[in-house]
Amino acid sequence: MDKLSNEVWVYIEQRNGKPADVSFELLSKGLKLAQNMGGILKAIVIGDKVKELAKETFKYGVDEAIVIDSAELKDYRTMPYSRIMNELVNASNPRIILFGATIVGRDLAPRVASNTRSGLTADCTELKIDSIKYLGKEYKDLLLQIRPAFGGNIIATIITPDNPTQIATVREGVMEKHLAETQNPVKITEIPFIPDPTDELVKIIEQHREESKINLKGAPIIVSGGYGLGTKENFKLVFELAHTIGGEVAGSRAAVDAGFIVPERQVGQTGVTVRPKLYIAIGISGAIQHRAGMQEANKIIAINNDPDAPIFGISHYGIVGDAAEVIPTFIEAYKHKLK
Amino acid sequence: MFNSIVLVKQVPDTANISGKVMKDDGTVNRAKLPAIFNHEDKVALELALKVKEIYGGTVTAITMGPPRASDILRECLFMGADSVYLISDRKFAGADTLATSYVLSEAIKRIGAYDFVFAGRQAIDGDTAQVGPQTAEKLNIPQITYVEEIISAANGKVTIRKKIDGGYEIVEASLPVLLTVINGAAEARPYSAKRIMAYKNAKSLTDLEGMTEGNSLLYTDKLVHEYKEKNLFIPTFTMDELKLDVERCGVKGSPTKVYKIESVVLAGGNHLKVANTKQGIGNLIEQLMADHILG
Repeated sequence: MDKLSNEVWVYIEQRNGKPADVSFELLSKGLKLAQNMGGILKAIVIGDKVKELAKETFKYGVDEAIVIDSAELKDYRTMPYSRIMNELVNASNPRIILFGATIVGRDLAPRVASNTRSGLTADCTELKIDSIKYLGKEYKDLLLQIRPAFGGNIIATIITPDNPTQIATVREGVMEKHLAETQNPVKITEIPFIPDPTDELVKIIEQHREESKINLKGAPIIVSGGYGLGTKENFKLVFELAHTIGGEVAGSRAAVDAGFIVPERQVGQTGVTVRPKLYIAIGISGAIQHRAGMQEANKIIAINNDPDAPIFGISHYGIVGDAAEVIPTFIEAYKHKLK
Repeated sequence: MFNSIVLVKQVPDTANISGKVMKDDGTVNRAKLPAIFNHEDKVALELALKVKEIYGGTVTAITMGPPRASDILRECLFMGADSVYLISDRKFAGADTLATSYVLSEAIKRIGAYDFVFAGRQAIDGDTAQVGPQTAEKLNIPQITYVEEIISAANGKVTIRKKIDGGYEIVEASLPVLLTVINGAAEARPYSAKRIMAYKNAKSLTDLEGMTEGNSLLYTDKLVHEYKEKNLFIPTFTMDELKLDVERCGVKGSPTKVYKIESVVLAGGNHLKVANTKQGIGNLIEQLMADHILG
């Protein structure tokens, strides 16, 4: 293989020039990875009027920003965006590319990985650089991509040993963003946008967005319910408890699948990662998939009628009992103590 | 008239891990998990069947997997698929999403003219959501991911409502196009009793080989012929059948490798047991208030 690149790229997702949180979180992670492999960090910014945004990335330690700026790129569209990325990646085979595991990132990253025949690992919960031995061969500075798999019942470390480019996606909130200690001078390389007939294969007719009022990431208290609650009716108790103690409501993936709660409130590897002061897990068995999103909570209370439920293993306090009894007792006791 | 190909997958039921599948060391016994029809793929099939009902055309379901994956192909027939294909070869084993999408895209090309490729957004065993877009890229057609609704289809175009972060988008796509479908897009229809009766004995070559074990190859050939006559034969595409590049299949064709797997010990750990009584819970709340966690 030719000499490998030492570049770490982060795809900067934006809407109307405003970055997705996850992109800056990934810049902070990307900076660490670049430092650990003696490489450099590049931000890839595609959109309309995004040069200001490109400048902003330098606060997070970027060495160079690649900008493709055109009115035609105002909204994310699979065809032109993936075409641009494919061309960029095929031209310089960066060692690592990080995408946010957003709807856009999950649309774009696989298309790029397929075109460039690169390895792609979804929803990583940890990324690090290490030199390892695999099947008798030494690999220097490989990206270890750690993710729960199999519904979160195992933790897998995935590598892309023999291809030039290693691509990973990460959910919002998993990595922490912080300003870089030293900032590099702003260096923006602009690449002209050349339209292509395939760009028009899919047209956006209209768009509807509502600013989400749900803020799980910032909530100090989260009351979360699982499949164990059994019915949507019982799940109301979770709302009631959250309301009483001033918390946000969340749910496990199984609760979302069962229709107890909206997907935007799902905590876990494939949902939101939270770090509240207090996390109350009710009727949640505690698969890794869920733990990945909440185990860094300051205090965890588990309420479950199965004394062997794995959730107790990572809890600080455990109450064995039926939610339909425990929650009303909790609410009553709380109101009593407040007096 | 639209021809649709639907990508379906058999997956271990990882969603609800009960005590029954836990090993003594607190890890999950994966072999004990039942194999099921990935739900979002079922929803994808439902959308394809709806398109057929409204506009006419055909629905073909395909799956890549071990021989036992013919189970879900029979289920596709029960729901209403016109034809099904099993894509199976030992050389496909260990494929990551890139190698899988290569095989699927070649199988789709073999099946022939299509207007839609449908797939579930993701399968619950890996949750990657990668195979759909990667297959579209290899077919050199556009994709629409997170499809919520097919609004209309006419004149070589389809109008679709898709989910985006924080809302939805209405898009218009030229055909052919690949769609990945989310759970809420439709309610998968129940299996038709009539179709169950008609297709419950549909068999793939491996299924038939299993039935003729110990008997001569000639007997298998005879059975295959018989099942074909009755329209109950599920064709299998192997690597050779599809004339695939072995370097791009299975483990060999997969850039990502599993370096390490740790079975997670879900049991264990120390926590304070709080009595399920007014007193016990009251004390806990007092403690949390003292720690300024509850206020």
